[in-house]
Amino acid sequence: MRVALFITCFNDTLFPETGRATVEVLERLGHEVAFPEAQTCCGQMHFNTGYQREAIPLVRRFVEIFEPYDAVVAPSGSCVGMVRDLYPMAADLAEDPDLARRVDELAPKVFELSEFLAKRLGVTDVGAYYPHRVTYHPTCHSLRMLKVGEAPLELLRNVRGIDLVPLGEAEQCCGFGGTFAVKNAETSAAMLGDKIRRVLDTEAEVCAAGDNSCLMHIGGGLRRLQAGVETVHLAEILASGASEER
Amino acid sequence: MATAKETILWRVRRATRDVPEGERPGDVPVERGYRKEGDGARAGTVDRFAAHVAEYEATVHRLSGDDLPDAVGKILEKRGLRRLVVPPGLPEGWVPGGVEVLRDDANARLSNGVLDASDGVLTGCALGIAQTGTIVLDAGPGQGRRALTLLPDYHLCVVREEQVVDLVPEAFARLEATVRDEGRAVTFISGPSATSDIELNRVEGVHGPRALEVLIVG
Amino acid sequence: MTPRTKPPDAFSPGETPTFEVSARESLRDSQLRRNLGKATQTIRRKRAVAVEELPDWEELREAGRALKERTLRHLDTYLLQLEESVTRAGGVVHWARDADEANRIVAGIAKEKGADEVVKVKSIATDETKLNEHLESEGIHAFETDLAELIIQLAGENSSHILVPAIHKNRAEIRELFLRELDVEDLSDEPKDLTNAARLYLRKKFLNAKVGVSGANFAVAETGTISVVESEGNGRMCTTLPPVLVTLMGIEKIIPRWRDFEVFMQLLPRSSTAERMNPYTSFWTGVSGEAGDGPQEFHLVLLDNGRTDVLADEIGRQTLNCIRCSACLNVCPVYERTGGHAYNSVYPGPIGAILTPQLVGIGKPGPDSLPYASSLCGACYQVCPVKINIPEVLVHLRGRVVRHKQDGGTLRQRLDPENVAMQAMAKTFSDPKLYENAQGLARVGQWPFARGGKIGSLPGRLAGWTAVRDLKPVPKQSFREWWKEERG
Repeated sequence: MRVALFITCFNDTLFPETGRATVEVLERLGHEVAFPEAQTCCGQMHFNTGYQREAIPLVRRFVEIFEPYDAVVAPSGSCVGMVRDLYPMAADLAEDPDLARRVDELAPKVFELSEFLAKRLGVTDVGAYYPHRVTYHPTCHSLRMLKVGEAPLELLRNVRGIDLVPLGEAEQCCGFGGTFAVKNAETSAAMLGDKIRRVLDTEAEVCAAGDNSCLMHIGGGLRRLQAGVETVHLAEILASGASEER
Repeated sequence: MATAKETILWRVRRATRDVPEGERPGDVPVERGYRKEGDGARAGTVDRFAAHVAEYEATVHRLSGDDLPDAVGKILEKRGLRRLVVPPGLPEGWVPGGVEVLRDDANARLSNGVLDASDGVLTGCALGIAQTGTIVLDAGPGQGRRALTLLPDYHLCVVREEQVVDLVPEAFARLEATVRDEGRAVTFISGPSATSDIELNRVEGVHGPRALEVLIVG
Repeated sequence: MTPRTKPPDAFSPGETPTFEVSARESLRDSQLRRNLGKATQTIRRKRAVAVEELPDWEELREAGRALKERTLRHLDTYLLQLEESVTRAGGVVHWARDADEANRIVAGIAKEKGADEVVKVKSIATDETKLNEHLESEGIHAFETDLAELIIQLAGENSSHILVPAIHKNRAEIRELFLRELDVEDLSDEPKDLTNAARLYLRKKFLNAKVGVSGANFAVAETGTISVVESEGNGRMCTTLPPVLVTLMGIEKIIPRWRDFEVFMQLLPRSSTAERMNPYTSFWTGVSGEAGDGPQEFHLVLLDNGRTDVLADEIGRQTLNCIRCSACLNVCPVYERTGGHAYNSVYPGPIGAILTPQLVGIGKPGPDSLPYASSLCGACYQVCPVKINIPEVLVHLRGRVVRHKQDGGTLRQRLDPENVAMQAMAKTFSDPKLYENAQGLARVGQWPFARGGKIGSLPGRLAGWTAVRDLKPVPKQSFREWWKEERG
């Protein structure tokens, strides 16, 4: 299987460690990972903020770059949600039937990391070791757009040494929402406050999620409060400690 | 100048230009994969009806037909209700002695003032729905005009076991002919009126009868 | 009782503030936050239980969605069929292109009957048309009879929730209001006593009213049957006791057949009040004539007022599926914190954020801000009983708002810093070389703001981020640099 890593511009620039962890997990499972270097951004920020005509060239680029592969994997539920749910709308807006057809072919091959592992490959134990108290925030787009369901939790439950504690009102949005956090900063902060309260209630050392955008928002709030809780991407937990265990 | 009707229809047609010329309403698929009938176990249905009505804070009694007049008399006496509204077509045997009966009649309709000043009303019903604990009135015999079950402060309703259906779709199926052919008004009653408008605290009895009592007759 | 003027909303003349501005005010109101938090959490939990009870919930949702789609695609046919059915049943059908026309029709009927008072059962359509204000200007007072509507009418406020309009008021405030306005003495703050005071006050109104005014939850094209779904009994009073009944409904409220109630009467109560069935539902078909059951005269006013514009938008059209259950409000994390007033519309919450700008048209700062009042979390779509993909419509409308500004906007709008930044970023993302340069620049550009491994404050609009959160600085090596070094 030719697996391409769709790193997402956000992780590429701000969270390279998540990308390295994703590569590590996929290679550990015996897959050869390609990184098409022409990739930049899927266009989600533009599209969701309303700059949709501006997103269309980015949609075309994405399709051209990734359509040769058997599977495209990204450590972000949100960017995958953009490709799977909103690329068809973008193709409609472009009034380009050829693009629409190619989007329809590509979209089902694009996966968020946890769903690729658990649903596409059927792997729920990646041999990780992570001796920490962890709570998991199921990000909205993974949960409700991609419907990854229990996949990330199944993967976490099989991590050696982990103390996985449930998060209260876990399915409530953290308040990030892309440009929402800037345009409606006060409302976003009010939502963040409640999410942080729930995270602190778990007494976890680490709050994990499948999207660094939400984690940057939650983590930014936790750090401002000097809460002593780290935010870590799911991929990094899955990649950690394998060598010690073996 | 186009009339409002012409303009609105023109706007609707312009707005739906994307709908192919030859498409009929029935061509738009409607998948009805939901349940249309219960599993047919009668005893369970009536039990469920009784339980669901009771959950709405309505008082429920189950009895056999022979005991009905006696039971009505005792209930009214216990509540101290003296002026009882009775709709046309209610079986004579249901009305107990010892109360003042206010009969509504096509030739002599009770005024709203009289209904308002009465103590309560005794009726039958068209249907009961077990799934939701709903009593259905369709203005048929023994039920009367809608005002009769609205203005009195107390409603005593008799439901015969065979009138109880299991699921909501069964009720609408049974009511179809009444509505389509006779245009009779239908009222669904699921417990006494209620509001949760003040701090989401449920208060029973706002504008309709503040108490609903149901006799399920086997 | 003194009539008061409500604060303006999206359906009044003039501009309304943006959501961001109004939300700021609501977020500071601790009483409101507490009431809303309690209410939405309670009703959310109850709804989940009520829905869980039905094994065929998803099938019902799909049937509800499909029936609405069928109706909307053939709305002209169904409107004509409804007119015919209502007329056959002895009713009179009126058509209203806009709010003003609808108001004049209703006022005309009331005046013809010599009524200087009408009793009303909660109808958001009449809030949209500002019917009460219009009637008042014609010397006719409209009494709201739904308890919550009565409360906010007496207080001279706007509704803050579709289903529980006075969700923002507590019992002490309501007691004070009733003591002042209802001419009662000695009233406790127990909800039971407050409710009884309203009952006694309104009973007199019901018995004396010549004209009742209602909205409609559904209208059946096949039979001409109208239904009002309610809890308190005021709907039954208004639609049964006055000799004349006027019902105002949006043209999208049609369902094709009587039997279709078997779907909607399962979806609506469980979604809205989380009950198996609401206490009272009235179904009437024209007038009863000889039977003397209910009004002798029935008028149905069919209102467009922007609905055909919603219909014309192929993505926005599904908005008209809405059956006004308010489930989307109760699960919305934004609504839960800001409440309904921040939306400056009779339609608050997620559904309001897509319905309002479509009804009033794109290009007004207040309504244009509404599609942005969402983190796109998707909770609304998940609970919607008629499967309106609200996040999809929100995103679509954001596109319309931006395109409207870019194409028809002023020079100032085109030079808007957001637009300029977005254009520049789109260009950067279109070329990997430019993109890589930008990554390097970001690393350099952040140094004025980075302190001790974090960024604590940013300038301009981005300051909203750093008001409550630190920002992680850009790391020394991007992923692609690592890849080139390791694998290249």
